[in-house]
Amino acid sequence: MTCDEAEILLHALLDGELDAGHAREVEAHIAGCPRCAAQLRSYREMSNAVSDADLHYAAPPALRRRIEAALPQPRATSRRSLLRGFAMGSAVSAMAATGLVAIVLRNDDEQRILSEVVSAHLRSLQAGHLTDVVSTDQHTVKPWFNGRLDVSPPVIDLTVQGFMLIGGRLDYVDGRALGAVVYKRRSHVINLFVAQGANAEHRARTETVQGFNIRRWSERGLNYWAVSDLGADELTEFGEKFEAAMRSSTS
Amino acid sequence: MPMGGSDDDSERARRFRDAALPHLDDVYTLARHLLRDTADAEDAVQECYLRALKHFDGYRGPAMKPWLLAILRNVCRAEFARRASSATAPIDDVSDDTEQTPLWHETQDTPETQVLRRRDATTIRRLVADLAEPFRETFVLREIQNLSYREIAEVIGAPVGTVMSRLARARAMLRTAWMAEEEQPT
Repeated sequence: MTCDEAEILLHALLDGELDAGHAREVEAHIAGCPRCAAQLRSYREMSNAVSDADLHYAAPPALRRRIEAALPQPRATSRRSLLRGFAMGSAVSAMAATGLVAIVLRNDDEQRILSEVVSAHLRSLQAGHLTDVVSTDQHTVKPWFNGRLDVSPPVIDLTVQGFMLIGGRLDYVDGRALGAVVYKRRSHVINLFVAQGANAEHRARTETVQGFNIRRWSERGLNYWAVSDLGADELTEFGEKFEAAMRSSTS
Repeated sequence: MPMGGSDDDSERARRFRDAALPHLDDVYTLARHLLRDTADAEDAVQECYLRALKHFDGYRGPAMKPWLLAILRNVCRAEFARRASSATAPIDDVSDDTEQTPLWHETQDTPETQVLRRRDATTIRRLVADLAEPFRETFVLREIQNLSYREIAEVIGAPVGTVMSRLARARAMLRTAWMAEEEQPT
């Protein structure tokens, strides 16, 4: 192999694009050619540095809302048929059995938003949709939301209270990006969505939508909606323990 | 059968949202790197999603991300054309036939200075932004979007060989600029 050939192929080697035979050929050339070896080393360092610099951009929440609003809305009927699919025993129905979603949103259009919350909850239970960041550490999950949202969702470890933190995710309700903090109770998935809300404080209240219980409350400019097919008593327990932990963490 | 049709539409809308919206950050990232302008990037991303929805029925997978990026790229090409005609913001479109210049610029210095010094993210961002258009595009698709050569070839509508030569040239240009930056810190 000549240096001219190696000069192109060492990039493919670096990118893991070569089959085993060609990789061996390039590696053999590089082993005997200090100049090409220096190139490979240099490009590898550069590649790592670019990767460390993280040149990704997060789409601004306003753009997200604009696009969400411009797309046709799926109607409630398809959500109900989706729900029937879960009830009839899809692979994730066991998870669907006790998911929990807490939500922070503005006050208007409550029924529609409640329905969207349930829809977001169902979406999250599809394979690979549950978490964007996986961690049992609240100090890992909380900073992950920085720069991705216009609010900083409270992330509280409730493991000792019986609700294990497993990660976080961005989700969309009512055309808005919001944070979803994901918990588990026993083998069951729990989602916690967080976004900015009205300033008014609301005491917690539990409702049932499409077979899911939703516990909703507001505090310090955040409206929380907890959605679950846990029983209302366990949902209430989650809400109370979350609020208690919030109070003790900020007092 | 209007009822059945609207059920299909609703199902289609749901499928499109579930498939396409998770890639919004990636699409926006490519738009920022290609257009180098926040407002233009936002407009291009919105246009991309509307076009993608229109063509969603013809989408046959397997990967949604390269498909969306290809659409975004086409939207950006139109924006380049608009900029060129308005001539307010000249573009630096460099053709591939710069093959005569050597890829690797030897440095005359000691081996220590051959080692790339760490650059901060802002500098790296600027160095990447300064790459000429077809090379920056390939570089971003590989290093930031993590696409395979085959996927990049699909997105830019060129053979894999072109992807390889552009990527080699992009990295060589970036490295040269990187070294120059270190020699003359500003």
